[in-house]
Amino acid sequence: MSIFDKIKKIFTKEPAPAPEKPAAPTPKKGENIIEIKGITKVFDGVTVLDNLSLGIKRGQFVTLLGPSGCGKTTLLRLIAGFETPTEGEIFIEGVPITGIPPYKRPVNTVFQKYALFPHLNVFKNVAFGLKLKTIKDPTAKKGERKYTKAEIAEKVNLALKLVGLEDYGHRDVNSLSGGQQQRVAIARAIVCEPKVLLLDEPLGALDLKMRKEMQIELKKMHENLGITFIFVTHDQEEALTMSDMIVVLNDGVIQQIDRPKKIYDEPKNAFVADFIGESNILSGVMEKDFVISFLGKSLPCVDKGFEKNEKVDVVIRPEDIKITDGAGNGHFDGQVLTSVFKGTYYEMIVLAGEYEFTVQSQVEFRPGSTVSLEIVPDSIHIMKKILTINKYIGKVTGENAVTFCNGEFSIPTAGFEVGDDVVVYVPFDAVELTDDEEDGVIGAAVTQSLYKGTYYQVQVYTDTDEDFYIDTADEWDMDDRVGVKIDGAKVRLEKYDPQEEEAE
Amino acid sequence: MKGKAKVFRPTAFSFPYLAVTLVFVIIPLILVLVYAFRGKDGGFTLDNFRKVFTEKETLLQLGKTVGIAALSTVICLLIAYPVAYILASQPFKKIAILSLLFIIPMWINFMLRIFALKSLLSMIGVEKSFGAAIIGMVYDFFPYMLLPIFTVLSNMDQSYVEASRDLGANPVQTFFKVTLPLSLPGVISGISMMFMPIFSSYAITEALGDMGTTVIGAKIAALFENQNYGSYGYGSALSFVLLVLVLLVMLVGNALTRRTQKAPKGGKA
Repeated sequence: MSIFDKIKKIFTKEPAPAPEKPAAPTPKKGENIIEIKGITKVFDGVTVLDNLSLGIKRGQFVTLLGPSGCGKTTLLRLIAGFETPTEGEIFIEGVPITGIPPYKRPVNTVFQKYALFPHLNVFKNVAFGLKLKTIKDPTAKKGERKYTKAEIAEKVNLALKLVGLEDYGHRDVNSLSGGQQQRVAIARAIVCEPKVLLLDEPLGALDLKMRKEMQIELKKMHENLGITFIFVTHDQEEALTMSDMIVVLNDGVIQQIDRPKKIYDEPKNAFVADFIGESNILSGVMEKDFVISFLGKSLPCVDKGFEKNEKVDVVIRPEDIKITDGAGNGHFDGQVLTSVFKGTYYEMIVLAGEYEFTVQSQVEFRPGSTVSLEIVPDSIHIMKKILTINKYIGKVTGENAVTFCNGEFSIPTAGFEVGDDVVVYVPFDAVELTDDEEDGVIGAAVTQSLYKGTYYQVQVYTDTDEDFYIDTADEWDMDDRVGVKIDGAKVRLEKYDPQEEEAE
Repeated sequence: MKGKAKVFRPTAFSFPYLAVTLVFVIIPLILVLVYAFRGKDGGFTLDNFRKVFTEKETLLQLGKTVGIAALSTVICLLIAYPVAYILASQPFKKIAILSLLFIIPMWINFMLRIFALKSLLSMIGVEKSFGAAIIGMVYDFFPYMLLPIFTVLSNMDQSYVEASRDLGANPVQTFFKVTLPLSLPGVISGISMMFMPIFSSYAITEALGDMGTTVIGAKIAALFENQNYGSYGYGSALSFVLLVLVLLVMLVGNALTRRTQKAPKGGKA
């Protein structure tokens, strides 16, 4: 059944006329309509998407979610055809599409700022794609023809009806409100009967109330039309509300692909946990299977498969912490610092040991009161630590010299004085390894060399029990002794504040 | 001191300009009007205008002027649009030096440019002719045609082009259905910046053209140079007709611009 039959069905109670002959075997719902394989996109030397692979199932509402700059819009533009991948290939229904220009792809886009043609009225905007289309018609001379005026009018009016703008055809697009322009943009895209509808943060420019309405309408539209939607947003709530499947992206890498409920309940790493909803994220040590230790306590948990004493991130949702009056009733005793009413619950900050827990509860405990926090094994989420930058504590030991890990590195120290304690942030690409240990400032042993698609991420272990992570073009052999050098220009220094460090 | 201090109004800055305008624009215009309607005997007459619209030679010259202006404008547009399009497209967008190359000639006095062009043309064997005059016009007014089109094209939101391609238009269709219509305001202002000055100018045709390219401006000049009292009136009437024609062209241009220039609004709810 074409989209139009489906739209018609929405507006007419009678069933759509049965097709005259059995249509070609309709593709099954479960299969992947889009297959993204090893896509890398580099803009001016910056890797926006890093060896990304993803399959999108037919008929699903898939959301690409991530902070700005995570590569989600780039991924959408690659599917639409406005960008070409640096590496990798995208398949739509099994056909590689890299060489196919956007106007020949079976996808249509709803743009962030709508991009309605200002020189055309609403009707002509929606009819734009239809006028260009050639359709198969065995009775026509070449077996194909253009749509007739009457056909175009019928389809455009149906599409406008679907978005609730049936009487707006003659209107100037500039005279419409943001929400109405949005609807025209959607009608303009779906009237072309795409196999996949791409939506690039389409609700971003609308106010909150309008946005909520459009969320529900889009969801409905998706159910009625049955085509695949790929929706880009940075709004986690929007993603959780609308999607069948959420793809969480950060720094051009997929962090997690899952159903909304699972993304929320079982975030795969600290980034996802932090990005989706509120969370308490703590550092912990996995003592053994099903036992986690953090804040000086060993607690039962439901996770296993980590190495003994592996450092991990512990994530606990604020609403999963049971808070009770008085000390000694739970796992941690604490003191309420602040309490804010949030409409249906109170959000309290509770200081337990050195950590400030965010706790949500229907019952309020006044600031200053002593409470117990209980955390059941089910609500403790354990995830592997992800590092994004090397971080060390060091001391400024001279002009443009900083000492850490038993080595004096030359790093610009403007703004600091000799003797200052500093936190040293060393990006992965600021570290250089040398074959000869003597050529480096300090020596270390290679403990890991991971191929990341375009580079190797190498991990070395220093004699002072510190790890260095390095992004490099070369592969290094395990257990090799190497020298470590640092490009001081890329290093960031920060004043070391012991108190702040502990609170973290 | 209170109340006695003279308040110096900012509008006072406009007085010098107003004075210049009054002496060199408004009063001469009034004189032109007076001469145009004044007969040899000093009384009111419409004879001068009758002569403008009945004398075959004058009408022919008027038509020729419109033709020359239109032809050079069209040629200039056909050259300038692709140049503007290329300059505004991605790889060149940031290279300001390229667009500068087209603007630098504007910094040189146009008479100098015309005489330089004349020597150049005669060097390669092109003597004073209709063709040389057209080349002169196109060359001289090229930046005025290029700049407005370039500005509109380079400020155009790329997402319109993307939307068009997304909806199934190939690059050629996209150009004619989206880019060209959206760049019309630039085209129109380019045309009016070129057509009108050419319409009333005669220096270029004088310098580069032959007898066949005498434009109406030249005729007016000749009439005023002729010390015969009667030709003043005729020349004034002709100037007046020219002025009205230019105003008409300007009004049509403005109306067209207003119709095509509908700035898209941001997505306000």
